[in-house]
Formats: sequence, C-alpha cells, structure tokens
Amino acid sequence: MLSVVPDTTSKINFTDDNTRFDKTGIQYVMNPHDEFGLTKAMQIKESTGAELHVVHVGPQAFEPVMRKVLAIGADKAFRIDMEPGDSYTTAVQLANFLKDKDYDLIIAGKESLDYNGNAVHGLVAAMTGLRFVNAVMGLDFEGDKVKVTREIEGGKEILETRLPLLIGGQKGLVKEEELRIPNMRGIMMARKKPLEVIPPVEATQAVEFLRYEKPPAKSAVKLVDKDNLDELIDLLHNEAKVI
Amino acid sequence: MNILIFAENNQGKPNKTAKELASYARALAGDGGSVTALGFGLQSPEDLYAYGVDKVLNVDDARFGTFNAMAYALALQQAAEKTGAGVVLTGQSADGQYVGPLLGGLLGAAYVTQVVSLPESTEPMVLKRKSFSNKAIATVKIDTDKAVLNLAKNSYGLHENPVDGSTESFAPQVDDAVFDDIRSVRVEKATGKVPLSDAEIIVSAGRGLKGPENWGMIEELADVLGAATACSKPVADMGWRPHTEHVGQTGKQVAPNLYIAIGISGAIQHLAGVNSSKHILVINIDPEAPFFKAADYGVVGDAFEVVPKFIEKLKAFKAEH
Ligand SMILES: Cc1cc2nc3c(=O)[nH]c(=O)nc-3n(C[C@H](O)[C@H](O)[C@H](O)COP(=O)(O)OP(=O)(O)OC[C@H]3O[C@@H](n4cnc5c(N)ncnc54)[C@H](O)[C@@H]3O)c2cc1C
Ligand SMILES: Nc1ncnc2c1ncn2[C@@H]1O[C@H](COP(=O)(O)O)[C@@H](O)[C@H]1O
Repeated sequence: MLSVVPDTTSKINFTDDNTRFDKTGIQYVMNPHDEFGLTKAMQIKESTGAELHVVHVGPQAFEPVMRKVLAIGADKAFRIDMEPGDSYTTAVQLANFLKDKDYDLIIAGKESLDYNGNAVHGLVAAMTGLRFVNAVMGLDFEGDKVKVTREIEGGKEILETRLPLLIGGQKGLVKEEELRIPNMRGIMMARKKPLEVIPPVEATQAVEFLRYEKPPAKSAVKLVDKDNLDELIDLLHNEAKVI
Repeated sequence: MNILIFAENNQGKPNKTAKELASYARALAGDGGSVTALGFGLQSPEDLYAYGVDKVLNVDDARFGTFNAMAYALALQQAAEKTGAGVVLTGQSADGQYVGPLLGGLLGAAYVTQVVSLPESTEPMVLKRKSFSNKAIATVKIDTDKAVLNLAKNSYGLHENPVDGSTESFAPQVDDAVFDDIRSVRVEKATGKVPLSDAEIIVSAGRGLKGPENWGMIEELADVLGAATACSKPVADMGWRPHTEHVGQTGKQVAPNLYIAIGISGAIQHLAGVNSSKHILVINIDPEAPFFKAADYGVVGDAFEVVPKFIEKLKAFKAEH
C-alpha cells in the first residue's frame, strides 16, 4: 500500500483562501516510510520468488511514481482512481480492494508524510480483520512463524505472529543503503508491466479539511556570547523557565 | 458529552500522556459530561481523579498484563459502549497510535490524529490538527457521530482539576484467540535513561560532533539536565548512535519543553520533527546555520569548547538551586 507525498523539502502553501493545499511546483515522491517497506518487499520477493503488487489510491497524476515502483521491481500496480479525501475513505477503498485477494503479507508505512494520518493502515486492518502490527522496524520469517519488531517508547518489542499479516513499516525494516533506485533495464521493463486502474467504491468522508494556517512565526533568536554562558543560564531559568 | 480515555501506565501509575488526555477530556466534557478512563492493571487510579477523571475502569485480567493492540481496542470498544462515550481519546505514544485506528475502525468512528486544540464547536465537531509535518495546522470537521482522537503530545498540557472519582473493575469479553494471534516475546529497553518520549528536555547532537567517541559530553550534559539524548538522521545512519534516537520527519517527533541542538544544521526534515518544542537552544559553529532561524536561544561557537563550559556552569547553577 503506497502513499504518494510532496518531497520532504517542499515549501507548504495554500490556495483558495487557505482551504486547499497548493500543488504548484510540488514534486511528488513515494512516502519515505513506504520506501523502506517496498525495499523489504523486494528482498522477500528475491529470496522467495514471491509476486509483488502495489496498490495506490490516487489520481492519474501520480502514475509516474507507480511506474518508478514497477521499475524498481514490483510485478503489477493497481491504482484506485480517486483523490483521497480523508483516511477513512482511502481505507474503505483499500479494504474493498483486498476483499477478493489473498496476499500473505501487506506492507504499508506507519504514516504518510503529508497529512500525517498514521491511520489508513490501521483502519484497513480493522475493516478487514487482518492481523496488524504498527511501527515495524524488523520482520523475520522462521518457518511458518513471523517475528516482528515494533518500536515502543524507549525501545523495541519483539512479537510473534503468522501470515497473513498487515504491517505499518518504518525505518529499520531495511538499512538506509539498501534503498533502491530504478536502473535502465528496470525502467524499460516497467513500461510493459500492468498498471490497472480500478474505479472507486462509494464512501462518505468521515473528516473534512476546512482550512489551513501556518504555525505562528518564531520571534528572532536571542544570541548569547559563547564567553557569557551565565546569561544563557539566566535566560533558560528566568525567561524560558525550563531549568 | 461523555468521554473515554485510554489511560496508559508506567508500572501501574498513570503516565504523563494519560494525565494530559484526562486534562483535555475534562475540558471537553464540560460540567454535565463524564470522563471515564480505561486502564490496564492500574495501581494508583486515584492519580487520575486529580486531572478530572470521574470514573476509572480497571482491567485486572492477567491476559491484559502485556499490551495487545487488538485486545485493548476491543476492551476500549466495550468500555465506550458501556459508558456511552461519544469521544475516545488516545495518546501519541507507540501503543496509543497502534490502538487508535483499530478502535476507530471497530467503532465506525472518525479517527483524527495530531489533534492540538479543543474543538471550536462540538456539533459538528470542528478542531485543529497538525499537518504537513508541523508545517501547517489544519482545521477539520468531523462528520461521524463518534470520534476517536489522538492528541498530539504536549499540545494541551497538564491541568489539575480534582474531582471525586471512583474506580471499578472491568472485565472485557475478549477471546483467547485474539491474544494468541500476536504474542509479545520480549521487550528491549534502554534502562536507566530518560526515554525520549517522556523527556522535558532533550539534548540532541549532529554530524558537527565528528564521531561517536565525542558523545561523552552530550551524555554528561543530558545527565546534568535530567534530559534524554537524541540525534540527527545521518548520525543514526552512520551508526554513531542507535536508531531510536533519530528525530525528525522520518524519525521520532518530539515536543519537549527545551530542545538543545548541538552541531545540527537544521535541515527542513530535521526541523519538522522538533519544531513543536516549546523552546529551542542551538549551539553551532556556523552563524549562518539555518537552525538559528528556528531557535529561541543561540550560541555561535565550537561545541567542543562551549558544551564543557556549559556543563560546568550548569553544575554550579544546579548546586545552588
Ligand atoms: C527524505 C529525507 C528525510 C530526512 N529525514 C530526516 C530526519 O528525520 N531527521 C534528520 O535529522 N534529518 C533528516 N534528513 C536529512 C537532512 O536533510 C540533513 O541531511 C540532516 O538533518 C543533517 O544532519 P546534521 O545537521 O547532523 O549534519 P550537517 O548538515 O552536516 O550539519 C552539521 C552541523 O554541525 C555544525 N558544526 C560543525 N562543527 C561544529 C563544531 N565543532 N561545533 C558546533 N557545530 C559544528 C555545522 O556548522 C553544521 O551546521 C532527511 C533527508 C531526506 C532526503
Ligand atoms: N492513498 C493511499 N493509497 C495507498 N496506500 C495509502 C494511501 N494513503 C495511505 N496509505 C497507506 O497507509 C499508510 C499510512 O498512511 P496515513 O494514514 O495517510 O498516514 C501509508 O504509509 C500507506 O502505506
């Protein structure tokens, strides 16, 4: 399950009286958390011969990102043709898509880095009844058991479960240097791979985004001379009241 | 309005997240409404009365002794039905973010995360949430009868509001099969250190520190301040520090009272994870470092000179106060 988001360096602006996100000049990329998941999926595909599919709920404009995923090595892509309105309607589409499939492992990211919902994958789990682990930073197979490492406050927890399984993946799932970029051969092959467009099912939004604002601007920094750290301590104690 | 909160605990004591949820819930419930907390093995439920919780439902079934997301979500669902709660609150913690969407799905309720304000209206419910990695705040309207809200950490704060509370034990009906589906094997936690998630002060360092051997002074500074340690992404990627310390857009999002950034340039992805901090202090050798634009306090200087001096001064200050 792949989410497509503005590049992390994007300047965020709004139009139409601050009611809509301004897409002008925005470069869209694969959600970074999903990139770790995709790489993990590629590794599993390579070691087991599994078939790898990718599904995205989104407009045609994001197809280049899906072609990129095919170029990296996915076998088939599905695009559910809808502009996602909220986590709930997106999850309804994905749960409906999964209804007549029998995937062993479904990898999502723990969070999309645009609306920071941290929601879609968990909602899909509740809607489909799939076993679900969130914030996954490790996944290992031992026979028919799956060892899943999830991040918890101040550490990690190792869980044991089995397939089929839905995970919300993140950093740690694979190493940074294992992330992949498409090569020429992959790009050529991707052109011939199927990208199926599926019409959305009816669903009413649970949440509407009415308007946006920027967080209040910071006032200018107070610089303290490096030879006058007493002043810094005074500011932290008396002004900020943090020490 | 009747409200239910998922009250997480630390060795039986309600943790800070639970108290913040209680504070928010009390304000949202108003005078006519009730605030119920569902806890698992709480030993001092009365700690929550101080923050406005009228009733604590305490689960003492041993099967719930270890966190299990689906089992907890089912328990919360049953508690919500029992108390007629229209809103259920979960915290921005590993367990809260795991249970939240499951519960939203089970209740057929809207699940709204990153909530930073009380609703400006309750019918319909309209409230603010952070979006675009803290680069914007969105006002959203909830169109379902019920809602599960995930409150952004340190966004509402702790507000004492003592009430005459009571506690009763609660026995959720959850099949053994749910517990067997996903079992906890073990937990690995760094002991004796302040966890990043609960820290009031965070001391964070970046590539400017040159190498892992130089972290001694960072840890010492953290010790003096009772702070947690964190780092920038490349520092974790190079293995200088554990990945659990990586903060930023793709790492942990933190919102302490004071965030101290040492030898970190202040890239947009780093800022996205830390700019909800109440106060930011930057120590950097380069006066042009972008982090100074996001800082409240700054020292331009060599960390290897400034940090040891700062530690000495702080020790003297602490000795007096
Ligand atoms: C998709 C994506 C996601 C990302 N997510 C994150 C994220 O979540 N978190 C994150 O941190 N980064 C993230 N990054 C990386 C980010 O863009 C920066 O590369 C990174 O934050 C830089 O780390 P740094 O500040 O430690 O190092 P640098 O940028 O190298 O900065 C080092 C700083 O140390 C200062 N310095 C040097 N010597 C000294 C000295 N002796 N004393 C004091 N100061 C000194 C320098 O002036 C400089 O400002 C992401 C990047 C991408 C592309
Ligand atoms: N439009 C989408 N299409 C497919 N998967 C999605 C979509 N939006 C979110 N997801 C998946 O759900 C995860 C969590 O997203 P979110 O709830 O938006 O933070 C993402 O990392 C994706 O794996």
